[in-house]
Amino acid sequence: MSHGKGGPSHAPEFVAALKANGFNFFAGVPCSLLKGLVSKLDTDPDAGYISATREDSALGMAAGAWLGGKLPMVLMQNSGLGVSVNALASLTTMYALPVLLVISWRGEGGNDAPEHIMMGEIMAPVLDLMKIPHRVLSASEPMEAQVAWAKVQMLSNGYPVALIVPGGVLE
Amino acid sequence: MNKMEAIGTLMERVADDALIVCCNGMIGRELFTAKNRPANFYMIGSMGLGLSIGLGLAIAQPNKKVIVLDGDGNVLMGMNVLASVGSEQPKNLWHVVLDNQTHASTGGQRTISGNVHLEEVARAVGYKAAYRAHDAPSFGAALDKAFAESGPNMVLATVEGGTLKGIARVEPSPPELAERFAREAQR
Repeated sequence: MSHGKGGPSHAPEFVAALKANGFNFFAGVPCSLLKGLVSKLDTDPDAGYISATREDSALGMAAGAWLGGKLPMVLMQNSGLGVSVNALASLTTMYALPVLLVISWRGEGGNDAPEHIMMGEIMAPVLDLMKIPHRVLSASEPMEAQVAWAKVQMLSNGYPVALIVPGGVLE
Repeated sequence: MNKMEAIGTLMERVADDALIVCCNGMIGRELFTAKNRPANFYMIGSMGLGLSIGLGLAIAQPNKKVIVLDGDGNVLMGMNVLASVGSEQPKNLWHVVLDNQTHASTGGQRTISGNVHLEEVARAVGYKAAYRAHDAPSFGAALDKAFAESGPNMVLATVEGGTLKGIARVEPSPPELAERFAREAQR
């Protein structure tokens, strides 16, 4: 767990990279590890960020937005990945509806509050089981290149893709 | 009124370019049987998420009329999304609910919509209007009124339970359904 890691938030650079790559529909349920990202999106009238009440509902909205011609991103804590398994299995992947998932990594390394430990451990294997490509967002690489990788993945496969966000990167 | 009569009453009033997102379960199969069209999106899994798909679509396509055709089981499962609709206030979203107080596709087990009036929930979370109808004439009149107003609003019709004969299964593959619907949505 890396709450309070030093250094500036990369949230502004990440949001700029999202926009430069054409993402134009944003919804999610927040996490403390994503607070910089949520704050940036929610104070940007162009982003039109939807504060959803459940992560699977945010995925439903993203599905509708994609069908309507938008390029969607959904952010969530990794606890929300558990909530979202059926939406990902029987909506997003089944209909081949691309979406960028930005998922925080609570429970990383087993060092976090008890409710985050199991999901912190199984998050990556769960994504693998659902055949969802993923990579950990690195603070030391340009955000633009990492978002561009995700966009290529989701559009070439017609599938969701996940950027996993450890503590300290987008806070 | 059975569900096919209710769906017929609705479809008589739906313009060609209106987009319909239909919930899973028997209602999707009944809509497919009554009037299959490319502008229908049949959500065959992900129970409870039809309204969220409709909300995302209504925001993405603000000049298109978006109708979510839902059932009581789906509304109860995804009740959180009613709050999102009340919060976002999409003017182009109409939520049509066929309420038979049962989970028809799993054998007719009861839901709790006999105890919880879903149109009252819609009103409470900020839909502009919500109507309850009990027969085809009152359902038709409520739809006429709702479609003449801006959304979001709900028209709920109580319908008979049980399954009807001659109901087909949705045929195209899910990616085909999505592709043809997206073409209509973005036209």
